[in-house]
Parts: sequence; C-alpha cells; structure tokens
Amino acid sequence: MSTQPVSMQPLRDPLQEPRKPSRSNVARRSAMDWIVSGLAILATLLVLAPLAAILFYLVYKGASSLNLAFFTHVPAPVGEQGGGMSNAIVGSGIVLALASLMGIPVGIAAGTYLSEFGRGTFLGNAIRFTADVLNGVPSIVMGITIYSMVVKPQHHYSALAGGIALAIMMVPTVTRTTEEMLATVPHAVREAALGLGVPKWRTAISVSLRTASPGIITGCMLAFARVAGETAPLLFTAFGNQFWSFNLNEPIAALPLQIYAYAISPYDEWHRLAWAGALVLIVLIMVSVTLVRIFANRGVLKGGS
Amino acid sequence: MGAGIKVEDLNAWYGSTHTLQDINLHIPANHATALIGPSGCGKSTFVRCLNRMHETNPIARATGVVKMGDVDIYRDASPVEIRRRVGMVFQRPNPFPTMSIYDNVVSGLKLNGFSNRRVLDETVERSLKQAALWEEVKDDLKKKSGASLSGGQQQRMCIARALAVDPEVLLMDEPASALDPVSTSKIEDLIFQLKSQYTIVIVTHNMQQAARVAENTGFFLNGKLVEFDSTHKIFTNPSDKRTEDYITGRFG
Repeated sequence: MSTQPVSMQPLRDPLQEPRKPSRSNVARRSAMDWIVSGLAILATLLVLAPLAAILFYLVYKGASSLNLAFFTHVPAPVGEQGGGMSNAIVGSGIVLALASLMGIPVGIAAGTYLSEFGRGTFLGNAIRFTADVLNGVPSIVMGITIYSMVVKPQHHYSALAGGIALAIMMVPTVTRTTEEMLATVPHAVREAALGLGVPKWRTAISVSLRTASPGIITGCMLAFARVAGETAPLLFTAFGNQFWSFNLNEPIAALPLQIYAYAISPYDEWHRLAWAGALVLIVLIMVSVTLVRIFANRGVLKGGS
Repeated sequence: MGAGIKVEDLNAWYGSTHTLQDINLHIPANHATALIGPSGCGKSTFVRCLNRMHETNPIARATGVVKMGDVDIYRDASPVEIRRRVGMVFQRPNPFPTMSIYDNVVSGLKLNGFSNRRVLDETVERSLKQAALWEEVKDDLKKKSGASLSGGQQQRMCIARALAVDPEVLLMDEPASALDPVSTSKIEDLIFQLKSQYTIVIVTHNMQQAARVAENTGFFLNGKLVEFDSTHKIFTNPSDKRTEDYITGRFG
C-alpha cells in the first residue's frame, strides 16, 4: 500500500486556473434548460390529453343515462324503454376473475422461471420468445383460437371459454413484467438468503418475488386493465347473454360485449346506454386498480428503500 | 461451539479462469483468521468455497477437500446444510428490504420453516445482543424495515442474522469496507468478542484490521496461498519475500 502518490503531469489543473463561465454561456445553458423542461412538460400534456378527452367525453355522453336501473336491471327487450347492464357488470367481473385466477399464477410462475432458473437456457429463451410473440397476437385471433379449441369441442359458448381467452392474453404481460421486476432485485439480496442455507426455490418465492412484489402487482394490474375492455376475444367465447347467468358453462354477458351490441344497434336509446356502459367500464377498471394498490401498500413498513 | 476447517488441494475456477490453485490450509476452531492480499488474488473466492456459495455461480467450479470438523462439505452434505452451519457476512450490508428488523434477524429460521414464536423472540434478542445492536433497535423491531437502518447498523443486523441460525463458522468478506471508521471499530470489537464462540474467517484489505482482530493470517497472491502463519509472525517476520513486499506496501 504505497502512500506516495504516483507523480503525473495533469493536462490542466482545474484548481490552478479556474475558468469563469462566460455570461453568454450561462444564458445559453439556462435557455436550453427551459427548452428541454418545456418539451418534457409538453410531452406529458400530450400523453394526458387523450385520457382526459376520453373521460370527459364519456361523462358528457354517458352520465345522463346512468341511473339506479342501469345497475339493477338486465337489458330491456327491443321496443321497451329503460333496462340496465347489471348482468353485464357482474358477468365481466366473473370472466375477469376467471381470467386473473388462471392467467396471473401462470404468468408469475413463468416470469419467475425466466428470471431465477432459466437464465440463458434454451427453454428460457424459447419461453421469452413465445411470450413476446403471444403479446403481439391480435385479440380477434385469440378469440377464434379459443373458439376452435374450447367452444367447438364443447358445442356451446361459455364464461369459462371467455376466461381462458382473456387469461392467455394476460400471460405474456404478467410473465415479462415479473421477469423484469425480478431482474431489479439486487443479487446481494438473493445471496443473503442462500448464505443462510435457504433453498433456492424458497429464496425465489420468499425473497426475490416478495422484494419485487410491488412491481409485479403493477404488471398484473396492467394486464387486467388491458383485457377488461377486450371485446373481440369474448365475441366467440363468452358470447354475451341478455339475462342473468352464473353458470360458467353457459354464455355470459360482459360489459364490452353489451357496449358493442348496443353501439351497433340502430336505436338512440341503446346508443346512450352504450355510452353509459363505457363510462362504467372505465370507472370500474380505475376503481379496481386503485383498490388493489391500496390493499397492496397496506402493511408495507415505513423507511424501506 | 466452533469447528476447525481443513482445506486440502482446493482448486477453483470461474469459467476457464483458474482462480484458486492448490490451497492447503488449516483454520483453527474458535479463533479469528484473517485473509489478506491484493484485489483479485482469490481470497473472496476462497471463503465462498468454504460455504459452497462459490457454486451458486453457474460457470464456477471447485475441486479438492474442505473438512469442517469431521464433515467433508463437498461430499458428506448438501450445500443448504453447509450454509446453515457456516454463516456469511458480505462486503455490503444486504438486508432483506421488505422485512422488518425482527424478520431480517430470524429470516434464516423462518425461511427454513421454523415458527415457534417464543424461540424466535429469544433468538432475536440473543443475536441482536451478540451483534451489539439490541439497545439501538429494540423499540422498533417490528415497526421499521431493516433497510431503514444506517449502513453500520445494517451490517451489524446482517451479523445478527448470520448468528441467529447458530452457525459453527462465520465467514466475513470485507465486512467493514463499506463502513465509516466508527462502525468499523464496532464491527472489529464484535469480532473480538465472537471469536471465543465461533470460528471466524475474515477477508480484509485493511492490514491494521487483520493485525487487530486475528490470531492467524494468510496471504494470498494470484490464486495461491503464499504464506499462512500467526498474525504476529506475518507482520513482523514473514518468511516469504512476497509477503514482506505486500505488507510493507511495495505493491498491492
């Protein structure tokens, strides 16, 4: 451990000849600062504008048709006034619950495999590639595929088929965000667990996944919100239903399907109900995502990094 | 309580790099042993071979015999069993960020399926007292995250975490190199107290630290163990020229 610093001729010693920033330089820099900040703010506004516009337009068009009957009645037959979408709201809930129950565990497990066990292996790369391709499959194709694989053999549309279609659409998003979030967990944290004699599978579940859980929950919510509004995969699977149904083996109503059916109808009354349905769909998605976040943040210790 | 470690013909590789070459060494029980040497000389790899953490890297590989007491750790036991008996403290404090102080300390027990409330409570108190952290944290054991402590406190918590599983050997890989002088001296005091009950192996870049805490010192250079002797001998009258050059600051 040498205490003598190696002598080197510095190119220019900053302490010897301090450079005064010239006035124009300062002006130029602060102007640049303003321009870049301004562009960033402008971009943010451009991102927010469509969301605000959609919300505003939905409230404007749909709020007037919202009443108690909307949430308590099933759709009225053609020619009758009133009616609601209670069965579609509940139906969407059932189909989405089915999709989440199937899609989220599979996605998290696959993401965990990719990050913790399958790094650099052929199987890992194959799964990653498949997930990326699956993410790009158009939703109508997903609907037709599940139609031929589930609906056709069963000879009937069903809530279950709708749930499967949406679950498969959720898997790639959940898989890839789980993998990305696990990659942000420092290696030192895993080593700490392994060094205590904790088996690798237990380390993956109780340490890596737990540390990454806020990000993974966000990923699941993204996947959920994305499929909650999907119509195309449900057309050939859940099919829609004008009446109440709690049987997973029967066609079931769903908000996007009901909105679609009403929106392409020739009746003004139904158009207004479609707007109201769209508003309710958006609000329900926002509420459920917010609730999950609040629930997930509960019990998190203060002062964590 | 502690166990001695006998290393015979230990060789280790990272990919095609031969990181450790023919290491033979006897680490006595219930003493502190320091390992010194320039960066990249293999001392960290060596301690990671003692609890089989080396093999967690997929490209790493090791051959030779490491005996802890009568147990050949590469043949008679699984890596998981060995790591429960050989605790490790890493260079940078690595608390579990989502866990409270309490859960961090007993994580080794809890994650291995142990859940007796009373035993856990006792273990937390004993280990934190051993790590000289109890007085500072006893009021927020379950309120605060382990990651909210200062760096020095985090490192003592990590030592408590390693002690909580009641190991026979404690490996410390530059445990104070990321800490300020006050925290460093606390860690050194701790090593001094703990070495009567545990076999301690400490890797350090700080030669004063080695001289202060360890009875024996080994000098590593380019993947080889150049010299192993009592700390006093190494620092006053080393038998190898390279050891003398290193400790007098001629290189490294």
